[in-house]
Order: sequence, then structure tokens, then C-alpha cells
Amino acid sequence: MKPRHKKLVIIASAVTALGVASILVLNAFQSNLVFFFSPSQVVAKEAPIGKSFRIGGLVAEGSVQRDDRSTTVRFAVTDTAQTIPVVYTGILPDLFKEGKGVVAQGKISANGIFEADEVLAKHDENYMPPEAAEALEQAAKAQKASLVQ
Amino acid sequence: MSINWFKYSSPASFYSLAGKITPIFAFAAVILLVAGLYIGFFVAPTDFQQGEAYRIIFIHVPAAWMSMFLYVVMAFWAGIGLAFNTRLSSMFATAIAPTGAMFTFIALWTGALWGKPMWGTWWVWDARLTSELILLFLYIGFMSLQAAIDDPRRADKAGAIIALVGVVNIPIIYFSVQWWNTLHQGASVSVNQAPSMATTMLVGMLVMVFASWMYSIAVILKRTRVIILERESHTAWVAELQKKGTVQ
Repeated sequence: MKPRHKKLVIIASAVTALGVASILVLNAFQSNLVFFFSPSQVVAKEAPIGKSFRIGGLVAEGSVQRDDRSTTVRFAVTDTAQTIPVVYTGILPDLFKEGKGVVAQGKISANGIFEADEVLAKHDENYMPPEAAEALEQAAKAQKASLVQ
Repeated sequence: MSINWFKYSSPASFYSLAGKITPIFAFAAVILLVAGLYIGFFVAPTDFQQGEAYRIIFIHVPAAWMSMFLYVVMAFWAGIGLAFNTRLSSMFATAIAPTGAMFTFIALWTGALWGKPMWGTWWVWDARLTSELILLFLYIGFMSLQAAIDDPRRADKAGAIIALVGVVNIPIIYFSVQWWNTLHQGASVSVNQAPSMATTMLVGMLVMVFASWMYSIAVILKRTRVIILERESHTAWVAELQKKGTVQ
């Protein structure tokens, strides 16, 4: 082997070793890299209950109740398997909507309600004109209706 | 017909080649930029959930892609320079860093501007945002380390090591949205599935990506030429250029 080839092999193996090391480190930190917990994880007590943490999921359909005299909002976060009630006082992001993604930070109170002090909207990776979105919605409704029959 | 490509690994012949082709890329960049921005702002439809605010995607995504891509190219050439002691490869890597850092900064900045109205926050420490911030630090680290070492050959070697170590961050950025749950959404465009974007939006974004490519090539070639002149200033061919007054 020529010296420069040897050098290349050494560099390549060093980079590979580094890659493997980082995979192992990331694996070890897996649980700390979680940005939010799903309602199912909260119910299974996988979330750091008692401390402040984030829950993420969809805003349950029909769950949003706004207080008339304050900015307090009650809603539920669901991952379709489990649902956690949330209460939040403050301004909601524009994309906050029933059936859409949400990430809330706060604590679970003694009565099982998640008291959020920050609510963020998590949107999906779909981009389309409103007409297309409407057409998709209509199609989904039609399909649902035909399934019921 | 065979072209002796190795001819262009000599700084002197690369200098003249780069000088000839740079204007072509610069011209293509301007045309594509105008076309891309026009499609992005006037042709592409409004988005069903984000309204007009989504249009920042035409800057944000090309910048974010370029920030990762340029890093890989930079690390590749830095590694080649380290392994084979080829001067031009290292100069090329050095020339890429500022452009890569600029795109990383644009990606982070436009991301913050986009995050505030859509998510409700400028910044969160989720895996995608944090790893992209680390990318910016890697670029800055590469540049400052090279600037701190006076001997260019040693600076090249030290920089190459940072660049190669930092490569592990690239797959982390790219796959962060799949590996962990993040506030940042998943990829709209990827190799193994149909893009989840309306066609005009996608076209506008891809035109902007090509514009960024052309811009990067033009700027990096130009910067490489400057680095060549600086480092080869003791050679006969640079003296010749200066005598002729053709150093631009």
C-alpha cells in the first residue's frame, strides 16, 4: 500500500469509528432527545410526571372550550389511543385548531389535568392550495359515508 | 478523446479555468433566482393551512439543503487534501466554508421568522433546530481554526479534521425529524416518496434550489481564485499575471 493510500484508509476508518461512536451515544441519550411525550406515554407513566415536560398530539375534535372573559382555553390532546385534558391561559398560535397537531409544555396537576404554560402548533409537511385541501376533505367524507352504509 | 482532468488540480490551470466559467454560473444564478422568486411569490398558490406565510419555504428549504450539502462537499475536499496532500482540494474546502455558513445562518434565521407566526415560537431546542445550530458552529469552528493558524498547510490539516468529525452531524440533521419527535415537521420532499406539495410550489422551490447551487458554484470558484492568488503569490505565474495587470 502506498503511504497516501494508507493515510486515506486511516482517515476513512477514523470517520467510521466516529460515526459508530456517535450512533451509540445518540442511542444512549435517546430518551433525553425526546421533545414531547404522547398521551399514551403519559398514561403509561413514561413521562417525567411531577416535573415540567411537553406533551404532543392532536387537538381532540370538539374539545376546545374558550372562556368568555379570559384567555383561558380548555382542550384535550389525543394520540387517538389516549386523551389528556389541557388547560392553558394565553395567546394560542394561529395554526391551533381541532384535529391539528399541538405541543404543550407544562405539568400534570393532582387532578390529572395538564396545566400548560406554553402551547405551540405542530403542522404537517403537506403544502397545497385550499381548494385541493377541500377536495381531499370531501373525498374523505364521501369514503367515510360509503363505509358506514 | 480524453481530457486530462488532473491538469486542473494544478492551482495555475484551475485559476484560469475557474475565471472562464464563473460568469456562466453567476448568470445562471441570477436568471434562476428571478424565476424562482417570481414563481414563489406570484405563481404558487396560497397554502391551505399556513396562508401566505408558507412562502418563506422558497428561501428556507433551499438554504437548509445547501447548508448540509455544502458541508459534505467541504468535508470531502478537506479529507482529500488531508489524505493526498493536494493543495487545491484544501483551498477549495476553505473557499466553501463561508458560503455554507451563510446558508446555515439563512436557514436558521428564516426558520425563526417562520416559526413565530406558525408554531408560536422563534426557537425551540428540538433535535432538528439544535443540530442545524451545531452545523453553524462547525462552520464557524472550521473557519476560525484555519484563520488562527498561520501556516496554511497546517491550517488545512487542522481544518480537515474538524470538517471530517462534523460530518456525523449531517445525517443527524437530516433524519432528526424521523428518529425523534420534534416540533419541526417531517420532510415534504424526499427520495423515497412522492412530494407532499402542490406541483407549482414544488417547482418554485426546486428552481430556488438550482439558483442556490449556481450561486454557490460561482461564489466558491471566485473565492478559490482569490485563495490561490494569495497562497501562490510567491510563484512565477502569479508574478507574470501581475506584470500583465490581469489579476482581477
